[in-house]
This record gives sequence, structure tokens and C-alpha cells, in this order.
Amino acid sequence: MKKWSFFVPVLLCGFVLAITGCKDSSNSGASGQTIKVGEFASLTGSEASFGQSSHKGTLLAIDDINAAGGVLGKKFELLTEDDQSKDGESATAVKKLISRDKVVAILGEVASGRSLEAAPICQEYKIPQISPSSTNPKVTAMGDYIFRVCFEDKFQGGVVLAKFALQSLKAKRVAILTDVSAAYSAGLTTYFKEQFIAGGGQVVAEQKFTKDDKDFKAQLTAIKTQNPDAIFMPIYYGPATLIALQARELGITCPLFGGDGWEAPELVQGPGAAEALEGCFYSTHFAPDQQTPEAQEFVKKYEAKFGAKPDAMGALGYDSALVLADAIKRAGTTEGAKVRDALAATKDFQGVTGKMTIDPERNARKPAVILQIKGGKFVYRETVNP
Amino acid sequence: MTEFFQQLINGLSVGSMYALIAIGYTLVYGVLRFINFAHSDVFMVGAFMGMYIGRTSSKSSIGGGLMVMAGAMVICALLGILIERFAYRPLRSRSKLTVLITAIGVSLFLENAGQLIFGPNPQPFPNIFPSHTFQYDQVVLSSKDLVVLVVAIVLMGGLQFLVLKTKIGTAMRAAAFNPQAASLMGININNVISFTFGLGSALAAAGGILWAYKFPKIDPLMGVMPGLTAFVAAVLGGIGNIPGAALGGLVIGIIETFVKGSRWSTWSEAIAFVLLILILLFRPAGLLGTLQPEKV
Amino acid sequence: MLLARPRICLVAALIGSVVLGFFQGQIDPYFVDILSHIGINITLAVSLNLINGHTGQFSLGHAGFMAVGAYTAAAMTLFAGPHVLPATAGPVLPMLWFLLALLAGGLIAAAAGLLVGAPSLRLKGDYLAIVTLGFGQIIAVVFRNIESLGGALGLNGIPPYTNLFWIFTTAALTVYVVTTMVNSTYGRGFLATHDDEIAAEAMGINTTRYKIVAFVIGAFFAGVAGGLYGHFTLTINPKGFDFNRSIEIVVMVIVGGMGNTAGVIIAATLLALLPEGLRDLAGRSIPVPWSSTPLSLHWIGESRPLLYSMLLIGLMLLRPQGLFNLRRGSSKAPC
Repeated sequence: MKKWSFFVPVLLCGFVLAITGCKDSSNSGASGQTIKVGEFASLTGSEASFGQSSHKGTLLAIDDINAAGGVLGKKFELLTEDDQSKDGESATAVKKLISRDKVVAILGEVASGRSLEAAPICQEYKIPQISPSSTNPKVTAMGDYIFRVCFEDKFQGGVVLAKFALQSLKAKRVAILTDVSAAYSAGLTTYFKEQFIAGGGQVVAEQKFTKDDKDFKAQLTAIKTQNPDAIFMPIYYGPATLIALQARELGITCPLFGGDGWEAPELVQGPGAAEALEGCFYSTHFAPDQQTPEAQEFVKKYEAKFGAKPDAMGALGYDSALVLADAIKRAGTTEGAKVRDALAATKDFQGVTGKMTIDPERNARKPAVILQIKGGKFVYRETVNP
Repeated sequence: MTEFFQQLINGLSVGSMYALIAIGYTLVYGVLRFINFAHSDVFMVGAFMGMYIGRTSSKSSIGGGLMVMAGAMVICALLGILIERFAYRPLRSRSKLTVLITAIGVSLFLENAGQLIFGPNPQPFPNIFPSHTFQYDQVVLSSKDLVVLVVAIVLMGGLQFLVLKTKIGTAMRAAAFNPQAASLMGININNVISFTFGLGSALAAAGGILWAYKFPKIDPLMGVMPGLTAFVAAVLGGIGNIPGAALGGLVIGIIETFVKGSRWSTWSEAIAFVLLILILLFRPAGLLGTLQPEKV
Repeated sequence: MLLARPRICLVAALIGSVVLGFFQGQIDPYFVDILSHIGINITLAVSLNLINGHTGQFSLGHAGFMAVGAYTAAAMTLFAGPHVLPATAGPVLPMLWFLLALLAGGLIAAAAGLLVGAPSLRLKGDYLAIVTLGFGQIIAVVFRNIESLGGALGLNGIPPYTNLFWIFTTAALTVYVVTTMVNSTYGRGFLATHDDEIAAEAMGINTTRYKIVAFVIGAFFAGVAGGLYGHFTLTINPKGFDFNRSIEIVVMVIVGGMGNTAGVIIAATLLALLPEGLRDLAGRSIPVPWSSTPLSLHWIGESRPLLYSMLLIGLMLLRPQGLFNLRRGSSKAPC
């Protein structure tokens, strides 16, 4: 017993030290045989479905780039770290990618919160970071090495959705239901309200909830008394389904609409979900049935490799790697500062999510699409240009 | 006025589910004097069992729904008995702190094992009962609310009968009153405790299925918030007191609904805990409980 | 007896942290990151140990105190800093301001400790656990509702003031204060409260006051640790200080052995290394004889919380005095 109690801790110490310490430092990405690119993503945990989609898109892009002979005569090598959808893990993962694996650029993340965690590190080490789909405006404001290939919430909420509600939906009186525990939701609400009211609309009710809520009837009952033309729900797909079901139960028949947080097949899964959401709308980055040649080719390749239709996260993950490859090609080197300059000079780049230009704030200026839910499917409805 | 009645219906419907869960906490506390943290996760397992059983049939009928519920209740009763047998019973003579930590450990274990087995993403729950809505003026009563209310009332009535009128119920009350004396009277304390855990867990499963039926997206962490709220309900009613737990559940359900419908909706998560602190300060025995001084 | 001579230990640890701080630039940033996690973990675990271990209470809200400290300190350097410090301040002035911010974070957290402690410490074990858990929850709700503190997005762009010197100095001071206090004449009251509250009351010990003192001091160091954490990750949000974070700290205390400072330090170190070890393992795959494709260890990355929960249950059943309590049988002795 005595021996046991002494050896267990010693053995544990040794074991942990051994597996963390003994991995030898890899040689630098630029001087090696390949160009090392780091990716951090939520491959597991609560937001795994977003992270996995994005990761698959990036994988496909790396394959395509390498099949075309790579960049600067070298192949791309993707090093992926999983942050388990947890706050506090991304910083360590990114430091590891930069200091131990010596990557030349960082791709990631989907969630704005975790992109924000990595941004100061990439900025400090002068390694360009490209977020595929973090839409919060603050992300790229963190420094001049931080880019994104998606549009930001100011555009999505303020331009796309406000315009859509006023012009296409012809809604004058709108109720808003916000998830206050998500920065994404709070941001979209603010930008939407600004532009919607400026455009002559009226916000008749503003109700709030937090992420663990399942019962929205209290809020919906309060909304119902105002009798709005439409309900704006800038939230993630999980609560969106429940809200739709409960709204229909309470006899609320007006259309519901939201942003790219709705983008998941789970939105219309479950009994009654597709019927409850029939005819509702959401804005996003990419529609698989969009009729551009790039999109169609991407959908074909993605389906062949992964056996499923890509969503917006997959398409953005794909574009993030392509934009990086294009910048490295134009820079002629993998040196951080030069790649950064080349990224900043990206103009009219044709990605699968549309033609994009990086603006002086390092955001992508590009079109958004509006999808409609019809018979449990997401159907392309219109494109909104910036 | 219609808004008031609608909110009252909404509150009663949620509150009756809190009541069902709260009774589970109270039952176990009455006999063992400790908070079974894992209760809210048995609730989650109940919902998932209901989902797997419910998926086997695509039709929804009242009989089928009750069958699903009975199946999940039996499975969870067994789970509860197993947890008690292997995690809590070996510690019965140890300090309260040890048991508390173990209970937290079991709760986390069920949540994380659930994330690995069921997956972390929310999954749709089948419609196990037929649905229909009744409307009077502007007030809507959905069959979901009706089913939840009826099942909760029937289960609570049955439980009250079991505890007050049957032999095993008498044994439970005796064990709660004084375990040593009860065992001297020939009551097998271990069996009574196992039975209590089984009963509490079956009620948790029933609550889980009703919850999942009303809010048909379930995930392994679904039990955490309702579990904490129901615990507060149990304390509000006077922990160890079954009618108190039912009353506490309804009161909290209604308060929560009215706050959510108001301007202060973003604070709704904090309500339960603020209430808890207030009760413990001013009436630690709860609404219907009596205070027992600690014996040396 | 690792900590038998606390003052010598303190001086050695302080010299160590000065040296670490001096050579920080030469160390691989990834290791600096891991070392920082270790130091912050030690501060958190040892301060929680005062509450959960020595005094025998059970707090599940340590992350809440950490959040209070992190937000206070970050608000001071981020919002007040630019107004207070002259634009051409050298490296010394911001450091002093940071020290002030850390202390303020600790004090506000201590005030929060008093606020939670005073009414709820009349409660016993289970109730206290739930109330502290609720406190953590309320803190998150409060920060989420304060627009000027960033709401759900939290605060970003916090200046990177934290370095290994600050982290390990704080850790050393925490260990010193907790051990010397518990071993003092006054401090025996903590142990008496832990061992038998009723008997201690009968001997004239004001157990409620000891509990509150333990809460206030524990919360103070948790607040300082939170301030360090915020200036180390450079971004904080309410989600980062949730129930899981509290549980992580509780696990450190329990693995190390409640009331056993040396054990808790070892446990805090190991549990900071564990995620990195698991991350490394998760990225590998091992060849298996029965299949041509090697077995991916990807699932290991997800298994950490499960491992924590199994540690809690297993230790309580088999070894309630903790893994690193080398003196058998006594879970109550200090350090």
C-alpha cells in the first residue's frame, strides 16, 4: 500500500511529462519540403457540426491546391488542432501551431469568440490569420494580420436582412427575439435595428432569452399581443426550431427569418419542424443550388469526397484556404509580412462563395444569398450584393 | 387579460414538470439526507431512452406514448438503483462531503458519457402523443400542455397514495424518520433505499420524457438547468416534503414564465438562485417544511 | 515535508519566478503558455483548498470569483489605463498600474466572497454547494447583461501585461499565505471548523467567522488569478468562467487531497499538463495488428471531462484523501 501510494503520482508525473515534453521541434515550414498551414477548429464538442463542415471544406481545398502542383513549387501541409468548442483552448492550440509547428499562416475559427482569442497571438507573431466564417466585426479589428473571407454582421444584419425585410417581405412591423448569451445574436440585432428603423420599419417587440432556454412561450405570448408582420430571430439553429414550433402552437402565423446561424440541416429535423418553418427565410454565404460554375464544381467535388452536400461553412472553409494560396502565390514567399500585404491586396477573387475583395478593414466585400425553407429543403431565393 | 391567462397556462405547464423532478430530489433527501446531483442527468437519460423507444414506431397514440414512458421509467429506475448501489452505498458511513463530491462526479459522468454516446448535438424527439390545439378566444391550450399537466397530476397522486397508503410507503416514511429504529423494527433499510432511488429515478424519467415531448430537441446537457431549478423548487416547498415539492415546482414555473414575458427576461436564469438564497435566509425550512435542529 | 519551512520556500519560489520572468523571452512560447497555466492553476487550487480543504466547506463557485477579478482588472487596464498613464510612460508605470489592477481585482472578488459568504455560510455542505454554484451562474448572467463590459462577447484587446514573474510570484504568495495562516494559532480554527463544527462551536470558536474569512481570502486570490488570466489570454467572456471551470479547480483540490497543499500543487501542475498530453495523443494514431488502417486516437481529445468525473468518483470511493497525500489515513492534516 505504501509503495503504491508513492509510485502512482511519480509514474503519472513521468507519463505526462514524457508525452508533452519529448516531441522534438519540427523544422521551419518555409525551409522544409512543404508549406505548413495551421488550422484550429471545433472538431468536437458543442459546435462540432460547424467545425467539421469548415474543416472538410479546407481539406478539400488543400487537396485541390496540391493536385494543381501546390504553390511556389511546394505542396501545402495542413496541421489541424481541435479546440473542442471550448473557450480558453484556442490560444494554446494556436501558440503550439505557431511556435512548435512553425506554420506560415493560421486558418480558423468559425465562432467569433474563439477567433478573437487567437487573433492577438497571430498579430504578435506576425502570422496572417484568416477566419473562414467569424462574422463579428470585432474579429478583424484586432490587428492588421487578421482577415476573413466571409461578410460581417454589420453587412448581414444591417444591409442584407433589413433590406430584405423591408423590400421583399414588405414587413413594416417586426418583432425581434435575441439570444443574449451569444455575441453573434446581440450584434445582428443591433445592426438590423439601426437600418430597419432608418428604412422606415418599426420594431414592435424585443424579447430576449439565453442559450439554455427551451421554453419560449412566455416571450412568444408577449410578441403575439403586438401582432407583428414578421419575427426576426438572429439566433442559432437549435433554439430556432423550438421557437418556430412553439410559435405555431400559440397560433402565430407570420414568417420568421434569421441569419447564417440557421444554416444546418438540423434546423428542419424532428416532428413538425419543417412544417413550422415552411416559407421562412435566412441569409447565408452560399447556396448549393446557386447557379455559378465555381459553386457547382465545388458541390460536385465535395459530394464525391464526403458523400454529402456542402453547406456555407464548408464553402467558406474551402475559400479560406484558396485565398491564402492565392496570396502566397502573389507574394512569392511565405514570409508573414509579405503574405499579409498580398492578402490585403486581394481583389475580385472568384471563390465558390462569390467574387470577393478584401477591404481596408480586412473584411471580405462579397454578396450574400437568401434561402427559403420549402418542404423541408433550403431553396435559393435571391442574392444581395454589397 | 388574455396574455395573463396564456402566461398562466405556460407557467403551469412548465411548473408541473419542475414539480415532477423536484419530487425526485425530495424523496431521496427524505430518506438519505443528501442531494442527489445525478438526478437531473437521470432525467436526461430518460429523455434519450424515450427517444430511442419512441423512434421504433412512427405513429403517435396515447397508448403508445404511455408505453414509451413506462419503458423509459423502468430503464431509469434500474439506472438509479445501480447508481445508488455502486456509487453511494459504499459511502453511506462516510462524511457528507464525500457523498456530495461523488454525487457531483456521477452527474458529470452521466453528462460526459452522454456526450460521447448520444453525441453533443441536439436531436429531435419523436411526437409520441397525438397533438391538437384547443382555443378559447385568444388563449391557446395545446395538447402538449394538457398531456404534461394530466400525466404530472396522475403521477403525483399515485405517489402520494404509494407513500401514505401502502406497506412500502410506510417503510419509506419510517426509514426517513429514523433509520436505526426502522431497521430494528425489521425494515430492510437497503431495500427501502434502493426502492426510493428507483422510484425517484422513474419520476425523473417521466419528467424527462414530458420535457422532451414539449421541447423536442434533446441533448446530454438538457438536464442541468431544469434540474437546478427543480432543486430550488424542492427547497422552496421544504425539502423532504412531497406536496411541498409539487407546490414549489408550480410556483417557480409560474414566476419564471412571468419574468420571461417581461422586460427582465435576460435575468430569468438568475431568478431561481436569487429565490433560493432568499428562502434559505428567511425561511430555511421552506413553505411547507418544518425545521429540524441538527443532532450531535 | 515539502513546505515545512515556509519562509525559505517562499524566498526560493520568488527567486525562481524572477529568473523565469527574466528568461521568458528565451523559452518556447508554447512552453511559456503551459507554465503560465500551471502557475495560475496553482493559485486557484491552493486558494480553493483553503475553503474546500482546510475549512471543510464546499464551494462550487470559484470560477465566479475568478471572473470578478478578471473583469475588474481588465476594466482597469483597458478603460482606466489610457487615461491614467501618460502616453510616453516607460515600462515601469504600466507595471505598477497592473499591480494595482490585480489588487483591485482581488479586493472586489473578496468583497464578492463576503457578499456570498455572509448570508450563505450558515448553510451546511449540500446547500452551500448549490448556493455557490448559483453564485457562479448569477455572476455570468450579470456580466452578460452589462453592455459596457462587452456583454456576451466579453472584453478583447486586454494589454498583455501578465508574464511568468507575475504568475509565479502570485502563486508563491498564495501558497505562503495559506500555509502560514492555517498553521498559525489563529488558523487552527479553520481546522477545527473542518473537523467538527458542533464541537468547535462548543469550544467557543466562532465557526461562521472562520468560514467567512476562508471565503474572503480564497476569493481574493481567485480574483488575482483571474486578473492574471485575463491579461494572459487577452480576451475574456462570461462563458470562460462557467461551472466547468469551477469543477476543474475542484478536481485539482480533490486529486491533490483536500487540505494537503503540497498535493494540491502537484495536482494543479499535472492537470495543466493533462490537456496538452491528451491533445498530443489525440493527434496521433497507433498501428493495430488486426487492421491495415492505424487506430486514430482522436476520441481522446474529447475524453477529458469524462476522465475528470471518473477521477472524482474513483477517488471518493477508493482514496478520499487524494492521490498525493503521502501520509496515509490523515486527510485532515494541513499541508
